[in-house]
Amino acid sequence: MTRQTISTRGGNAVEVRGLVKHFGAVKAVDGVDLDVREGTVLGVLGPNGAGKTTLVRCLSTLLVPDAGRAVVAGCDVVRQPRALRRRIGLTGQYASVDEKLSGWENLYMIGRLLDLPRKDARTRADEMLERFSLTEAARRPAGKYSGGMRRRLDLAASMIGRPAVLFLDEPTTGLDPRTRNEVWDEVQRMVRDGATVLLTTQYMEEAEQLADELTVVDRGRVIAEGRVDELKAKVGGRTLQIRPTGAGELDRMVGAIAQAGLDGITGATADHDGGVVNVPIVSDEQLTAVVGLLGARGFALAGISTHLPSLDEVFLAITGQKTSGAGTPESASDTHDEQAAHHAEVGV
Amino acid sequence: MSTATITAPIGKTGADEGRIGLRGNLRHIGALVRRNLVQIKNDPETLFDVLLMPIIFILLFVYVFGGAIAGKGNQQEYVQYLVPGMMAMMGMNVAMAVGTGVNEDFRKGVMDRFRTMPIARSSVLIAKIVVEILRMLLATAILLAMGLLLGLEIRGSLLEFAGSVLLSTVFGAALMWIFILLGLSVKTPQAVQGMAMLVLMPLQFGSSIFAPTTSMPGWLEGFTKVNPLSNLADAARALINGQGALAHPALITLGWTVVITAVTMPLAVRKFRSKT
Repeated sequence: MTRQTISTRGGNAVEVRGLVKHFGAVKAVDGVDLDVREGTVLGVLGPNGAGKTTLVRCLSTLLVPDAGRAVVAGCDVVRQPRALRRRIGLTGQYASVDEKLSGWENLYMIGRLLDLPRKDARTRADEMLERFSLTEAARRPAGKYSGGMRRRLDLAASMIGRPAVLFLDEPTTGLDPRTRNEVWDEVQRMVRDGATVLLTTQYMEEAEQLADELTVVDRGRVIAEGRVDELKAKVGGRTLQIRPTGAGELDRMVGAIAQAGLDGITGATADHDGGVVNVPIVSDEQLTAVVGLLGARGFALAGISTHLPSLDEVFLAITGQKTSGAGTPESASDTHDEQAAHHAEVGV
Repeated sequence: MSTATITAPIGKTGADEGRIGLRGNLRHIGALVRRNLVQIKNDPETLFDVLLMPIIFILLFVYVFGGAIAGKGNQQEYVQYLVPGMMAMMGMNVAMAVGTGVNEDFRKGVMDRFRTMPIARSSVLIAKIVVEILRMLLATAILLAMGLLLGLEIRGSLLEFAGSVLLSTVFGAALMWIFILLGLSVKTPQAVQGMAMLVLMPLQFGSSIFAPTTSMPGWLEGFTKVNPLSNLADAARALINGQGALAHPALITLGWTVVITAVTMPLAVRKFRSKT
């Protein structure tokens, strides 16, 4: 098997126009347009209940959209679902492997379902286990794997058929930072090998690590799109976090920064619970200037770090509003509605 | 970007490209049968129902009710009566497990994986049925072995004996579609079990499986005449006891088999396809 190519270089591997999927009154996907250029990673960023999962399920033929069109790897999702399934891989939010089977048995089964001859299916299963560092766990039931191992097995399963387009639905949600980094490494490797990836995430940091371009969605609609650095500039760059040796220094530090009137630096705040001072910055020069200033004023620093804006901050910058997701009671019911609608659909 | 045109080239992928040939289908079913068998191997407890139920049921009925039904000391004759009837019951009880199995599968992500793969969606169900038929045959074998230990005599010819097993098997397979449909329609495996019991109990006990129907009130006797389990039990009993095929009960059983399959299989497959 060789990787299927779908068009001339630089074409779009995924094109979505006016896609709509409603569950009763819940407009899970409400007129989405997006493109993923071949060989690139598109990050779909949005809070819980924004419609990310519904979008991915429409594009991977698990749901039939109510309106609009989508072409994935040259196949129309509604009219050519069977041909499309030969060209995609999906790793869902919940591990889509058989927990009662061992890692090896899972991969062998998928190889056979993809019409590999027995011998090739065996070799490919071994190969993928090796590549995803699962060789030692090959014979253990997947149900006994740690979260990170299961996610890696899931990725391996999605890669067996060398798909042209890979859908990753919140690939690192619920993973600890170390395992998250492992998964990121694997995704980056897949992209180097030429895969086109559409990935959904709630984390700006993940989007920055993996995606070339970003589409920000909320309540089933696209509210912003562009290259990651463009969006970051729009959002206002990073937050510099400074931890003084003594917690009592926080307010004095904020005062010193405000007083100095450094170029473009406003809005330094003290976070007493966290024991840090947060300073929004847009450039490395500003970082140097702030740290230099504090050094010159004789503050003792225990640590400094920079952080990308959180999803909340991104939403605030783009829409002037808090996210509709993550934490507010209203959003919690939103998510619930979407899930309830899924269930309702199931029950029909 | 907001225009409604799609510029990505649409490959020459007519509807034919995704079509799966018979050999492909068989290969997929084979891979999925293997999946189900490996599951059993990794979790042998799932076989307990099949292994233990025939043993427990036959002992209970022969020693608790046998004397009362057939007269004290006549247990051996009762074994001769009961075992063929229980063959009919085994199919039904094993079939029930298919419903819970399908329901559980759907609650796991693995079904999403199957449904985004280039395989016929029905192959997942067919593989399940193949494995359940194997389980049913195993249950039947244990039941017969127990029966032989308790003095069962196979009085019919080998052909008649094979006929009785075959008849119970095809009827059990037909029942599986009902339970698959049920498993796809309700929310939890527990609900599948609860609803299945509601149907199972009257069918099992309102039949000639455990006792002759002549002592039952008229309305119940009437019910047993159309009850497929009763007919299957009568047919199997005649075959094993060497009374030849009882044309009428065997035909009614086959009729039920065809009708149940024809109605529930397409419904189950359709439901399976459209399930989100």
